[in-house]
Amino acid sequence: MASESTELSRSATSPPPTAPSPETVKRTALEEALSPASLSVTFPASEPLELDCGKSIGPFTVAYDTAGTLNAAKSNAILVCHALTGDQYFARIHPVTGKPGWWETMVGPGKPIDTDRFFVICANILGGCMGSTGPVSINPATGTHYGLDFPVITIRDMVRAQVRLIDHLGIDQLFAVAGGSMGGMQVLEWAAHFGDRLHCAIPIATAAWHSAQNIAFHEVGRQAVMADPEWTEGRYLFKERVPRRGLAVARMAAHITYLSEAALHAKFGRNLQDRDARTFSFNADFQVESYLRHQGSTFVDRFDANSYLYITRAMDYFDLAGEFDGVLANAFRGTKVRFCVVSFTSDWLYPTHENRKIVQALNAVAANVSFVEIESDKGHDAFLLDEPVLFKTVTGFINSAAARHGIAPARSAA
Amino acid sequence: MLARHEDRTTAPPRVDHLLIAGLVKPGARVLDVGCGDGALLQLLADRKDVDARGVEIDRDRVNACVARGLSVIQGDADQDLDAYPDDAFDYAILSLTIQATRNPKKVLSNLLRIGRHAIVSFPNFGHWKVRAKFFASGRMPVTEHLPDTWYDTPNAHLCTIKDFADLCRLVDAKVERAVAFNTSGQQLGTWVRLPLTIHNLLGEKAVFLLSRNSARR
Repeated sequence: MASESTELSRSATSPPPTAPSPETVKRTALEEALSPASLSVTFPASEPLELDCGKSIGPFTVAYDTAGTLNAAKSNAILVCHALTGDQYFARIHPVTGKPGWWETMVGPGKPIDTDRFFVICANILGGCMGSTGPVSINPATGTHYGLDFPVITIRDMVRAQVRLIDHLGIDQLFAVAGGSMGGMQVLEWAAHFGDRLHCAIPIATAAWHSAQNIAFHEVGRQAVMADPEWTEGRYLFKERVPRRGLAVARMAAHITYLSEAALHAKFGRNLQDRDARTFSFNADFQVESYLRHQGSTFVDRFDANSYLYITRAMDYFDLAGEFDGVLANAFRGTKVRFCVVSFTSDWLYPTHENRKIVQALNAVAANVSFVEIESDKGHDAFLLDEPVLFKTVTGFINSAAARHGIAPARSAA
Repeated sequence: MLARHEDRTTAPPRVDHLLIAGLVKPGARVLDVGCGDGALLQLLADRKDVDARGVEIDRDRVNACVARGLSVIQGDADQDLDAYPDDAFDYAILSLTIQATRNPKKVLSNLLRIGRHAIVSFPNFGHWKVRAKFFASGRMPVTEHLPDTWYDTPNAHLCTIKDFADLCRLVDAKVERAVAFNTSGQQLGTWVRLPLTIHNLLGEKAVFLLSRNSARR
């Protein structure tokens, strides 16, 4: 049987942990990876996870966080899937960064995913670095970090680990699975392979397969990490080193793809950073340079470089049509899941036409699908930001589906 | 039916919507192409307990539909119907939309393919007021029911009731029922009582219930 971590586990209703002081941040990131502050469950070596690469992993741990209360019928659970650099801290202060949960705009009391009504679960993905088993974790075979001995995983493997968690929680059917970007890919895998385990699916700003352009951007990021001498063929953790520069450059390049030209222009234009004139040097003269450098350096404090390699690889390998003989519609044939697909006009990483392919595949099997393209200049990141139309869309979709599913409305606060 | 929506529009249903709702069998699978603000879908969901889906080109209207709990996708009748399989729905509805499509013949053929029945309503360009305006002014008619000028109208393919009946023959559709409304929204007599020419003159809007002539596709 899986073992629940006891000393660190908290009830879903306990207050959020206080933010750590800044000087402990770096140490805490590694601590989080090895022993998360959230709930976690460890599945023993006797119950390994079979992976797409042909290997299996066990024992393995899934770190997760929850909000709200599971009803007696266990019918009100919503699984939220995080994106590439997200984690299980979706709705409370992050123990490493001290920042609010990554989807507090969407999830919380009275929010579109209403924790007064639903029991919301978010698990750190397999291969992540916030407590679920990943390259930072200790390999029982060697007694030290996996590093590059960690098997190459896929989005489907991540979902397999989530299914084990949902089984562990005793939930037969999730009311909904929701997520943006890589979280959306997990939503699609859930619907395609475990369709009887969810009532509705909310894939946001995502795609059914990774485009050549997106693979290309990821390869730039991976090469930046691997070009850093501190990376030492992935063995940096054994040597107490960190490929800071490489990972920071990877993050800087990726961060550009999460924004839009309009958003960058509105935020920075050609404004200079704390100076009146160009310095005729390679200092960060422009505000946008300073911003990206800051994004890169803070990212390194909370994320593991090898984990970044593994997760970007999993995204590149993602091809849901490929899993179904090249015909995406086959992934959804006969599905009873209700879908709500959302895209954003200025998202050039997972543009509307990529999302529309999902919709067309769902139409081809006459699935129940809503599709909304939201006007926004915030680029791919819009799904994490204050987007009132997104909130109205998700609220309407969830309320309608919940009514059909017989889930009572949240008790009015009045 | 559990799904009830607090923010339902309170305006009384349109007469053509009521007529369409009368044609649809309870519990059917319905696709409303060009569903606008979702009023017809809502009416069908509430009164006929149908599995109601919609397609709408206008982004804001789609958002409003989904926010009120309707299954609607942002899409285009000219492009997005190709993806649907044959006989996916019991009824495929095109309500006051066919005149705004780029290729009405293709759209109508697609409706008849994906729906066992197609229900099409459209403004009748043969109505006497339109004819009178055109005859008197020599300009493209602008009427109460067709209020746009020629240069900003979305209606690229206006037709008369007779024209539409011709198109039905062309795409091998069987007219199961056809009803015309006058400007006050009253239903004109059935085909048996009044000749087509009179409907074409007095009908301001028409609703056709069609099916495929099963012998040929």
